Amino acid sequence: MRKVLICAGTGCISSGSPKVTEKFQEELSKRGITDIEVYNTGCHGFCEQGPIVIIEPDKTFYCRVEVDDVPEIIEKHLLGGQIVEKVLFHEPQVDKKVEKYTDISFYAKQQRLVLHNCGHINPERIEDYVANGGYEALRKVLTSMSPQEVVDEIKKSGLRGRGGGGFPTGLKWQFTKDAKGDKKYVVCNADEGDPGAFMDRSVLEGDPHAVLEGMAICGYAVGADEGYIYVRAEYPLAIRRLQIAIKQAEEKGYLGENIFGSGFNFRIKIKAGAGAFVCGEETALLTSIEGNRGMPRPRPPFPAVKGLWGKPTNINNVETFANVPLIIKNGADWYASMGTEGSKGTKIFALTGKVNNTGLVEVPMGITMRQIIFDIGGGIKGGKKFKAVQIGGPSGGCLPEELLDLPVDYDSLIKAGAMMGSGGLVVMDETTCMVDVAKFFLNFTQKESCGKCVPCREGTKRMLEILEKITEGKGEPEDLEILEKLAYNIKNSSLCGLGQTAPNPVLSTLRYFRHEYESHIYDKKCPAGVCSALLEYKILEDKCVGCGACARVCPVGAISGERKQPHKIDPEKCIKCGSCMEKCKFGAIVKG
Amino acid sequence: MVCACGKEVVDPKKEKLKELLLQYQGQKGALIPVLQGAQEIYGYLPKEVMEEISRTLKIPFSKVYGVATFYAQFHLKPRGRNVIRACLGTACHVRGGAKVFETLKNELGIGDGETTPDLRFTLESVACIGACGLAPVIMVNDDTYGRLTPDKVKEILAKYE
Ligand SMILES: Cc1cc2nc3c(=O)[nH]c(=O)nc-3n(C[C@H](O)[C@H](O)[C@H](O)COP(=O)(O)O)c2cc1C
Ligand code: SF4
Ligand code: SF4
Ligand code: SF4
Ligand code: FES
Ligand code: FES
Repeated sequence: MRKVLICAGTGCISSGSPKVTEKFQEELSKRGITDIEVYNTGCHGFCEQGPIVIIEPDKTFYCRVEVDDVPEIIEKHLLGGQIVEKVLFHEPQVDKKVEKYTDISFYAKQQRLVLHNCGHINPERIEDYVANGGYEALRKVLTSMSPQEVVDEIKKSGLRGRGGGGFPTGLKWQFTKDAKGDKKYVVCNADEGDPGAFMDRSVLEGDPHAVLEGMAICGYAVGADEGYIYVRAEYPLAIRRLQIAIKQAEEKGYLGENIFGSGFNFRIKIKAGAGAFVCGEETALLTSIEGNRGMPRPRPPFPAVKGLWGKPTNINNVETFANVPLIIKNGADWYASMGTEGSKGTKIFALTGKVNNTGLVEVPMGITMRQIIFDIGGGIKGGKKFKAVQIGGPSGGCLPEELLDLPVDYDSLIKAGAMMGSGGLVVMDETTCMVDVAKFFLNFTQKESCGKCVPCREGTKRMLEILEKITEGKGEPEDLEILEKLAYNIKNSSLCGLGQTAPNPVLSTLRYFRHEYESHIYDKKCPAGVCSALLEYKILEDKCVGCGACARVCPVGAISGERKQPHKIDPEKCIKCGSCMEKCKFGAIVKG
Repeated sequence: MVCACGKEVVDPKKEKLKELLLQYQGQKGALIPVLQGAQEIYGYLPKEVMEEISRTLKIPFSKVYGVATFYAQFHLKPRGRNVIRACLGTACHVRGGAKVFETLKNELGIGDGETTPDLRFTLESVACIGACGLAPVIMVNDDTYGRLTPDKVKEILAKYE
């Protein structure tokens, strides 16, 4: 039977996919067609091209589909067997339209294991998950493995935590299993606070049962009968899909009492976060579930020993849990055959910024940054030049072109001064100012600092002030040294990971892009043309035709000139808003 | 509350709050979900409501207040009928999110975290709403708008009363 799969992830919903779904249903029933199934899926990771419509089994990939395209897709494709060219994806590298998703270079070079269901099953229908082998792994552990065997299997797979730190998952499970206590908890960290990462969101929205199954397996292994998922409040759709999934799993007996007749009980509850980045830190998260201000506390004791309500608690990230059923089903050896020496399996990255194809990409560990950005991402947008890629969000760093061939894994990134973090990859081109980027991240962490310890609370403020000074053209030569000194002090003396990693974006840009800081300080210039205090707008006399358009948009009346004569900007009055430059059709206005 | 005819009238919001408190009474870690529920009912957290929560859940007022002020989600002042969240996260930042935010501020005549005097809009900046593929992005209530440019702002605002 032909199927029409319409993406209903957050991205595609905002681009109008619900109307497209309605239209398909309406047009099909109008024509009395009943042998074509229409249903919604989760995110395909290619949200920029949304709304996305897939026709199976043809593997046809239609993108940016609008309501008006629907009748044509039905008539021409579903009834006539012909492809509708105009909604096919246009491959930027080869300047060609591509028909099947398997041939789109964005997908062709990925290895979608954790994401295999996302975009292909209906996340609100447990039958779809089960039909694709869902809950088989849970059945396997409950009916044929001892808890220790499960822990050993995860250890052997080499899986490391996907939430940022990369701690070996099997070892963590062992700690919780070995901890003394009659009551234990499993917690899933779905706080996803890194601004620029959305893989956890997509997994929760597109394949929620995979996370529930992973948690239940963990519960069995460590001896817990209760689980919590802590989801950011900004993800209402993820919360809704999880609620549906939990309810269906309970009805089917995959969650609840005596699962698969094994005597094992496991229940899962959802907790909605309340908007604090620091609550992604594990001890802060647990404090927040308990109903308090979400401030981190010193470790040890680690949550594995003393966690939620003082009980041993195993906390893992969404993607970590979603890997678990795959490992159990296919075996630890299969899993460990992918990746590098120290980092096994795949990792999902959120590729965003100035690249042609933005989206979620799942690749084996050890792939190079160049392959991700140029082969999968299709290179830099608008033919501009690559400058840097920021990895790991506010705790991570910026890597320059020289490091594009670095195989990406936990350890190589740390060595390069960055961090895997959650896997946010933000590509920057020549028009991005690295000092501004460092300031951006520090501003973020500074605002999110919980204020419990002085180095993080006050130190990041001082660093931010210096960066602001530099971008305003008031930087002094000794500022760079002070920045570095402060950075190391904060790293060494902060209580939690937020403070310990907050200086990373500054340190990595100082390491690889020091010359940009120096231009700001010594030449009072922003080479990328971003820091407005260091810019000057000028009109090129030979290009200006004197149309006066710029003078009309200037909010402060800084531009003057006779009609048909070259105009001039009064630098004293100009507030550097850039409106005139956008307005001029003749390219006569430049900044620098 | 008493109305002109002298009979007791029930305040539907108060009733809902009562129900909410009843549902969570005695549960561990109830404070945050209760505050979330109360804010859903009232649109913000008036002092009396927090006092009521403190009394019923037997949690000191100082703690209720402490939690309500720690999390960005909670608001102690009335908010606009429509809440605009403009993303200034990394992906949106490098794709011109700040320009969209500036345009919003200019159009509405308010700054970050402020509400228009007619209570039509509240504007706030957020760091990532997980729709980075569509950067720059804003959310109005639960609707997400992506691939924005400053000139699309006016049209979006017009949709909300
Ligand atoms: C400031 C801060 C924010 C964090 N945010 C997250 C987050 O959003 N999601 C996440 O899974 N882990 C986050 N972590 C890491 C957690 O503390 C913890 O290491 C992780 O949830 C463990 O799961 P894993 O071993 O599966 O990675 C954060 C850590 C810090 C210091
Ligand atoms: S390092 Fe920062 S966020 Fe972490 S506990 Fe200290 S002040 Fe709070
Ligand atoms: S808009 Fe351009 S061409 Fe026209 S007056 Fe201004 S600078 Fe000259
Ligand atoms: S940059 Fe803005 S203020 Fe300056 S001249 Fe152009 S329009 Fe006027
Ligand atoms: S939401 Fe449709 S592809 Fe991401
Ligand atoms: S950075 Fe704006 S949606 Fe993620």
